[in-house]
Amino acid sequence: MIWEFDLIILIFLVITAIISLQVRDLLSAAMIFGIYSFLMCLLWAEMAAVDVAFTEAAVGAGVSTVFLIATVFRTSRRSSD
Amino acid sequence: MEFLDSISGKFNYWVYIVLMMIGLYAMISKNNLIKKLIGMSIFQTAIILFYVSIGVKDGATIPILRHDQVHHTHATEYHHEITEHTSTTVTHSTAAKEKHTESGPDEISINPDDFANPLPHVLMLTAIVVGVSTLGVGLAVTQKIYREFGSIEENEIIKKITSDQ
Repeated sequence: MIWEFDLIILIFLVITAIISLQVRDLLSAAMIFGIYSFLMCLLWAEMAAVDVAFTEAAVGAGVSTVFLIATVFRTSRRSSD
Repeated sequence: MEFLDSISGKFNYWVYIVLMMIGLYAMISKNNLIKKLIGMSIFQTAIILFYVSIGVKDGATIPILRHDQVHHTHATEYHHEITEHTSTTVTHSTAAKEKHTESGPDEISINPDDFANPLPHVLMLTAIVVGVSTLGVGLAVTQKIYREFGSIEENEIIKKITSDQ
């Protein structure tokens, strides 16, 4: 565990979480949530949990982003908050 | 100074609390159903962050054995097997026994402190998959709601339900 990486990734993690909840365009929210998942994946790899890291990269960042984008295209793209 | 140490040394745990509260806030106060589901996913990943942080050790590497370590363990296992079967196949086993006598049990040096604890990793592997399936079910229900009410905003849906009655 390298604490410099840890600190930087955790700070970016909180920033992306807040942005993805605050942005009003739902497609951008889905994409920023994908960035959040990839940062999580980097954090697992840095914390010596490689199996969790590649599951998060494939399932968390890949599949859940696709699910969110598909739902945004089938429903409305605007959000009131 | 002790206060600063408690923040920097346990930064993972502070951030996990912050992320958890961000997710909880989104689930409660956001009107958009997709925003609520994003909040739920953030909440789940915060819990996974907590569990993986438990398994971290100072100066530990990934929980995978190096090639030479694996070779040593296999050699001793083979050695034990051979000693059990000595009575049946005498001629074959004595040769194999002599071949593996040098790598006895004393030479294995697998220290558990050198590896991160893999137990929370395995548990959280399941949690990630469960998290994605809950997100999928939630998004499917969101699409159904949009087809029924023409909106994914909670206050508009509630307004339509109350006006129908």
